[in-house]
Amino acid sequence: MRSIDIVLRCVSTSGFVLMLVLLDSLSATTDTRRSTYDDMSRDIRAMQDDDMANPASLWVNDGAALWSQPAGAAQMSCADCHGDAATSMKGVAARYPVFDAARGKPVGLEARINHCRKTRQQAPAFAPESRDLLALTAFVGRQSRGLPITTGDDPRLAPFVEAGRMIFERRQGQLNLSCAICHDHNAGKRLASALIPQAHPTGYPIYRLEWQSLGSLARRLRNCMAGMRAAPYATGSDEIVALELFLMARARGMATETPAVRP
Amino acid sequence: MRVQRSNPALSSRPLDCFVASLLAMTAIGVAVTLGVADDAPTIANGAITTPLTATPGDPVRGRKIVANRQVGLCLLCHTAPIAEERFQGDLAPDLAGAGARWSEAELRARVVDARISNPSTIMPPYGATGDLTRVAAAFHGKQLLSPQEIEDVVAYLVTLK
Repeated sequence: MRSIDIVLRCVSTSGFVLMLVLLDSLSATTDTRRSTYDDMSRDIRAMQDDDMANPASLWVNDGAALWSQPAGAAQMSCADCHGDAATSMKGVAARYPVFDAARGKPVGLEARINHCRKTRQQAPAFAPESRDLLALTAFVGRQSRGLPITTGDDPRLAPFVEAGRMIFERRQGQLNLSCAICHDHNAGKRLASALIPQAHPTGYPIYRLEWQSLGSLARRLRNCMAGMRAAPYATGSDEIVALELFLMARARGMATETPAVRP
Repeated sequence: MRVQRSNPALSSRPLDCFVASLLAMTAIGVAVTLGVADDAPTIANGAITTPLTATPGDPVRGRKIVANRQVGLCLLCHTAPIAEERFQGDLAPDLAGAGARWSEAELRARVVDARISNPSTIMPPYGATGDLTRVAAAFHGKQLLSPQEIEDVVAYLVTLK
């Protein structure tokens, strides 16, 4: 209603051009999404911003080494096909999960890396949450830092985004909470000492000070599920991918921060 | 404690609907039967008048439960007049004055299952295990607090005038 009032007043008092300018500024200010980065302490923001201070750089550097290291029966490296990651991987992590036409469903970045590893390098898949998988994911993700998230642009993903939304809004666990109760309806308030974030996964994998380690979005989601005393979704399950997809699509247009640092 | 709701819309079985309709007709307002045992307490008009246990609630123990972030969990969402506990939540109403706002019977009903007086509440049901989804195996079929713990918490809340 308020924006309509403003528009009406604008039409009555000023010209069409001024209204367009105002509408433009309105649309810019109606995006109320906040990255957790915006609410972190100056110290933690500085830690994320400076590669030399960001603990996740250790994983990124390991990932860079793995990128050009031949592996598997094929003795091929990522670089043998993809070349310089700074060019070939730019913007890639910012669009995951993507629709996998062969499987007819979305696939996350970790699963894509492991798919390449098995089929191209003919090497065993990295274990979920293993150091090597986190390192390669962080290295690939680093190539998108600063670029806007584009996940969900593909219309074939629509039903899976919707499935993720249903999971996000469904009450679960002994505490009978949903993701949405905290992160949509109570973001900005305090759950004990913790400021409740809007839950935009802009910087995964993240270095979480509470973990003293790098970790994936799936790990972070399991933490919340445990807090709700809900049965966790299986690693790599359709539910987890749908939830990740929904969250990334919800953050579309926000800047990639990988590798982010979080409290 | 298994909760059977009187609201037909929330009832899955026809018999529940029938029983619920009878209850709704005979009681003033909403009436809900708690538990499957014969001596199960009844929530009527958003209140449980009969204590859940023979042993009266202890307000000192209740205060400890409310303050304990692993047992009561209350301070994750609520602020309470418990000065020694820092970092209290602000998602839910301040517990200060709860004993003036609600009667003991109303407080008991809200702790047991706040969904009955407010279906969209975000407060977990502390004394009910029904109508929950994907409860972790370690907590399956278990109440958040035992009947005695609930009585202790209620005894403490009553003192918050």
